[in-house]
Amino acid sequence: MGEFKVHRVRFFDYMPSAIRAMAFNSHTERLAVARADGAVEIFNFADNYFQEKVIPGRDGRAVEALCWVGRRLFSAGLDGELTEYDLENLRPKYSIEAYGGPVWTISGNSQGTLLAAGCEDGTVKMFEILDERIQFQRNLDRQKGRIISLAWHPSGTKMAAGMMDMIRIFDTETGSATHRMLVERGAGASKSKEVVVWSVAFLSDHTVISGDSAGKFQIWDGSTGTLIRSHPVTKWDVLVLSVSQDESSVIAGTSEGTVVQFQFIASTAGQEDKHWFRTRTFKNHSHDVRALVHTDTAVVSGGMDTQLVVRPLLDKVEKNTQESALRKIAFPHRNLVSCAKKAGLLLFQFPDHLELWRLGESDGNGAPGEILPVKRKPEKLIQLKRKGEDHICCSALSPCGSWLAYSTVSSVRLYRLTLSSNSVSIQKVSKLPKELRSVHQLCFSLDSSRLFASSSLSSVVVVALDQTECRCLHTLKHKSGSKQPIHILCPSEDGRWLAAANTDCEIHVFDLHKKKLHCSVPAYSSCPTAVSIHPASCSLVSVHADQQIFEFSLKQKEYTEWSRQLQRQGLHPLWLQRDTPVTRVTFNPTNPAHIVLHDAFMFCIIDQSLPLPKAETKLYNQMVLRSFPQPQRSRESHAFKICKNFQCTLCEKKQGKQPHTNVKMKATQAWS
Amino acid sequence: MVEEAEIRVVRQGGSKITFREPVISSDSRFLLCASGHTVKVFSTVTEECVQELRGHTDLVTGVLLRPSNHLQVYSCSADGTVRLWDFTDGILIRTYVIGYPIFSIFASASHDGVVFIVTASQRDNRSDAFQLVAVHLPACADQLVETTELSAVLGDVSANPAAIAFGRAGEYLASANGSQLEVYFFKKKKSHRFSLKEENRNGGRNTLTCVACHPTDDCVATGHEDGKIRLWRNFSHRKEYTYSTLHWHHGAVASLRFTPEGSNLLSGGLESVLVQWRYEQESQRNFLPRLGAAITHIAVSPDGSRFCTSHSDNKITIIQSCVKVSSIIQGLVTGDEVQTDLMVDPRSKALVLNGKPGHLQFYSLQRDKLLFNLDIVQQEFIHQSGLDQYQVVRVAFDGSGSWLATVEERKQKAAEVEVNLKLWAFDDHTQSFVLNTTIAAPHEARISALCFDPAAGSRTAVLVSSSADGHFKAWRLAAPPAHTDDEGASWSCDFVGAYHGLVPGCCSFSADGSLLAVSFQEVVTVWSPASWELLATLSQPPGDVRNLCFGRLSCSKYLLGTTTKLLCCWNLLTCSLEWSTSMEVSLLLADPLSENMAAFCHQDGSADRTSERSAFLQRRSCDPLMVPLSAALSDGRCVASRRRPDALVIDDAVAMTPFYLLLGKHQRSGAEAPAGGPSSGTPALPQSSAAVRELLQTPAHVLPAASFLCSAFLESLLISVTDDRSVEETGPADQEMESEKEEEEGSDEETGAGGTRPEEAPSGGAQTEGAAPGLTRTQVRELRRVRKLDHSWLAHLLDS
Repeated sequence: MGEFKVHRVRFFDYMPSAIRAMAFNSHTERLAVARADGAVEIFNFADNYFQEKVIPGRDGRAVEALCWVGRRLFSAGLDGELTEYDLENLRPKYSIEAYGGPVWTISGNSQGTLLAAGCEDGTVKMFEILDERIQFQRNLDRQKGRIISLAWHPSGTKMAAGMMDMIRIFDTETGSATHRMLVERGAGASKSKEVVVWSVAFLSDHTVISGDSAGKFQIWDGSTGTLIRSHPVTKWDVLVLSVSQDESSVIAGTSEGTVVQFQFIASTAGQEDKHWFRTRTFKNHSHDVRALVHTDTAVVSGGMDTQLVVRPLLDKVEKNTQESALRKIAFPHRNLVSCAKKAGLLLFQFPDHLELWRLGESDGNGAPGEILPVKRKPEKLIQLKRKGEDHICCSALSPCGSWLAYSTVSSVRLYRLTLSSNSVSIQKVSKLPKELRSVHQLCFSLDSSRLFASSSLSSVVVVALDQTECRCLHTLKHKSGSKQPIHILCPSEDGRWLAAANTDCEIHVFDLHKKKLHCSVPAYSSCPTAVSIHPASCSLVSVHADQQIFEFSLKQKEYTEWSRQLQRQGLHPLWLQRDTPVTRVTFNPTNPAHIVLHDAFMFCIIDQSLPLPKAETKLYNQMVLRSFPQPQRSRESHAFKICKNFQCTLCEKKQGKQPHTNVKMKATQAWS
Repeated sequence: MVEEAEIRVVRQGGSKITFREPVISSDSRFLLCASGHTVKVFSTVTEECVQELRGHTDLVTGVLLRPSNHLQVYSCSADGTVRLWDFTDGILIRTYVIGYPIFSIFASASHDGVVFIVTASQRDNRSDAFQLVAVHLPACADQLVETTELSAVLGDVSANPAAIAFGRAGEYLASANGSQLEVYFFKKKKSHRFSLKEENRNGGRNTLTCVACHPTDDCVATGHEDGKIRLWRNFSHRKEYTYSTLHWHHGAVASLRFTPEGSNLLSGGLESVLVQWRYEQESQRNFLPRLGAAITHIAVSPDGSRFCTSHSDNKITIIQSCVKVSSIIQGLVTGDEVQTDLMVDPRSKALVLNGKPGHLQFYSLQRDKLLFNLDIVQQEFIHQSGLDQYQVVRVAFDGSGSWLATVEERKQKAAEVEVNLKLWAFDDHTQSFVLNTTIAAPHEARISALCFDPAAGSRTAVLVSSSADGHFKAWRLAAPPAHTDDEGASWSCDFVGAYHGLVPGCCSFSADGSLLAVSFQEVVTVWSPASWELLATLSQPPGDVRNLCFGRLSCSKYLLGTTTKLLCCWNLLTCSLEWSTSMEVSLLLADPLSENMAAFCHQDGSADRTSERSAFLQRRSCDPLMVPLSAALSDGRCVASRRRPDALVIDDAVAMTPFYLLLGKHQRSGAEAPAGGPSSGTPALPQSSAAVRELLQTPAHVLPAASFLCSAFLESLLISVTDDRSVEETGPADQEMESEKEEEEGSDEETGAGGTRPEEAPSGGAQTEGAAPGLTRTQVRELRRVRKLDHSWLAHLLDS
């Protein structure tokens, strides 16, 4: 596998934020996830559950509810505002004060014309959805007590509202409440406590389903306002409900971390008389399940334990396929770490601060697998708190270690670092070109003379860095017309090329000398998750969300022979079944045939000189290979050398020739 | 001499009544359960057995109410027949011969004239493959019907009857096997299989243990080995089936039943708690806890008013509407092993043996009913494997049944044995035993034998315990000291005996309590309980003495002992070996009512007929084979040996006490048959000469001393001149009348049979008293026998 000096970076203390709300758009197959820090993430379920976009949060913004209306995403929070997001520029588009106190819930009707918001003061406020904005239309009859949950009847003429101790049904045309359904309180000591109807669902046959803080899952007849059946599900709270598209199944998330499924089944075969039966229980969370989505094939749940769990329903999918596997998405699908290879510095990005660390050093030469004695321990040089209310969306550290940049939704900040052996100074660069206002991705060139920033409309701003000033050189644009944000920027080592990938699955390569678009990689259906340009051969290696790997020669402007062969033969099934995207690609400078990849749980070196593994060969064969004698080892070995056990690999250090590859693993090492 | 073929063992009782699920009759008045080779009908109110349906020649493996007539019941058996009974009158209506061993039987009201049975699969020769077969019962009036119309329904089913159930109105059938549920639809004639993983993520075992179907809904409940209950729905779709999981049990779910209306689901298992789940409101549960032992079956009466649960301790509990236990039918508890041996309570004549852990059970042989359980250990039994519990290992009753001694021990390690000796007094008021004295650590090692002085009542009772620590101890009921008058008499150690540091084995009191024999390895020591002095030592090497028994009644001068190879008889008067014979006796017991003794021999080749059946029935199938091998008659002793397995299996054990009586009869009849035949047919001459021959041919060592014989002989000669048979009849010894009449029948018995006659020594027998004033009772008796022999002999002599 080559010789590496491996640093164990266990000091990246990153803590994902709890999931608060989710909304699924079944047309675009996008899942919006709101986290407790106000960040909103967009996952593309059609593209291997890839985390496409992240809209950073903001202090004081607590998203309580998310709602898709067509392709537009709205949120509401306890700050009393309704917000629409700009998914192209990854920022809130506008916010409207609802004037009803904290907003607990929002719900759009199926026609896409109205948005209802349930407020603390007991009003349900209707907003008309206009092309560019939303506009307050009217209030429904004001009730005593807050509106916790809302559900539209599919026809749009009725609406169920979960409140304290009761459920109200409104006629949305007249705005009057037609039914009042009292929800029984919990037994015992909780008798004196109001019961909160955390979630309601309104089915097309006028059945209202409610989940409440007494742990009951109740089925009501919405046309008469009577209770049909009550299922005690938990001793604590039923926090969230989600109905499948065909209304034959409802799932309920509880504060015990379980998700309970109810199905609408005929009690005797072949009869129309159907009932709701409690069927499956899923326990994939350790804490409260705060958000649930019932897709056609899976139960998607998220909660206080910050994990997004996709649990396929085995009666809807083929068994023993990739689709039937349980997925847990715990960590972001992007890099939160940047490193200065020459200076041995690491920059960790947190939502509200940055940390700059110097790596430890050792003088030792050691045998492979040995742990070298650490001469100097890793130390934290700087903890940089962000300014303003907006959270950090991206950050970069120049390879020489003298520049540091981060960006929020509203501004970019650039710092100059001066490091000597015992002192650190940081100086803010005060005058930044005005093009650097709102960027999605930052990147320094390898000689640290340029700063690349992806800006709106998929353009890249090139900024020249100098000791005295920094000025905007030019803006690189491509002509595909895509407005999606660029999420990967990758300059080549010789400073000639810059590759930019956006969430429209496009990869554009710019010629920095000619300051124009060199070529575009043929579009592939899956979003690139990592892109890198080979320093020697000038070929671009891209890894996509569906785990495919391509190599594109920039000179010939075509896929290389190795890439074609890989496509012909196909990747190993086990490789395709991995469920975390590769987050970085790099190369071994001593051996140009080596491509180094890693994701959250795996580290892989692809040796282009070796044959590709066939479907029947063993993919994870490193441990087995080691036990083989040399001739057999060379016979059995294939291009993919994968190490999953970090504990083990990290000890496998030799006198390193390229310290830069090691540092890529830091994000994962922190948890391994 | 009884031939082997003439012995037929009739299984009398003690069978497991919980082998199969019981059936409650539709009026809830009767409960039917398979019990060994019979079906027993109990009254649900009085708990009494009202009928016993006999007819099957092998184990009954299923009982089922006939769906079309609720007064009739089907039973199936491993003998390959299905029988139809009228259970109220106990009449066998019809016998359907299937021809293959049947393991369970099912029927449904919608399949008229068809019963479904589980038999071994004929296709492949695997012994563990079973199939479900539909049997069309031909409608004819014959008693014995051969059935030919068999059609296989499902292959690869479980032999466990709980794993098959009929669904709503008999439209489908659910069968569980391994971790797979199969639902067969009769209309479509196809089946859906749903399988679970063998083990789930948390290591719980998903294997299905039982199945129940909802009576009106399409819902199948399955119980699993990890204690979960799954409710399967939508199973008419192969793919879109769904199930919900209920979990309360921590051990395997043994039985599941829906109530007839389908409003509740009952489940039970190891926890001995009956759980009632509200259907569709499964979070609402009712519990009926503390049922005593693990639930193995649950049955519900057709009207739903009564449930009954079978338990692993051979008990059936009848429950009224899930809240109240109304009655308990308790059979013989078969624990892990019978360590106490079998004892007979002298008072209740009940068989006493280990029952539930830490308990002694009193089982009535006549009524086949458990009379009561006595909690010996008096500690809560914690149901957990691997936990060392106190076990009752020795039990002894005194002669009148007023004292009971028990030894319990707990072995934590091999070296550390915790032993308690408890003495229980019979309380006339409560009619049960009350703990009198607990002696903790009575010996330093395990107690190997325990015996009471049988002739208590006259004196204070004495208990002797011998232990592996090299001592035997005598315990005596001591009156309390004067100042503690609130306490009654309690037991304390009276004497500690040892013999040359040898380890004592067994101990035995003579019938009158005047002698105590304790074996010390190869040596038998005889002690006087009155003074605790060593009277004599007897020995017959090689081999340790394993059993000791004093003769009774007329043979009380003999002491029988067994070593590994020999059966020895010592004469206590001469302190010498009387005779010995080579046989491997594993158990030696005295009949308390006669002079007979039973020696149980182990013989090779006894395994030939014990179990060649299917593995499923094997644990039930070792029936007691009683084969008296020889009746060696010497000096009035009948020694019968019997083929028996080495371990004391409880099923044998049940038949053992009746065996005493049976054996006694056999010996008598066996003895009379050869002797009585010739005596009636032969003329008088051989009879007299036979008497001479008898005297001459009697082995010298069984005859009394020649000096006694001589004087008596001569004396009788003198008297016999005037004596006639009629004179004898009106003779002075009136008290002999009775015994002489008996003698009329028995005098012709061959050589040693004279000893079988119980007789009392006449206290005022003038001649004998005068003749031998210093003689013991036995000697007197012997003399009288000789005299009578002489008498008849001379009478005949005079006639001729």
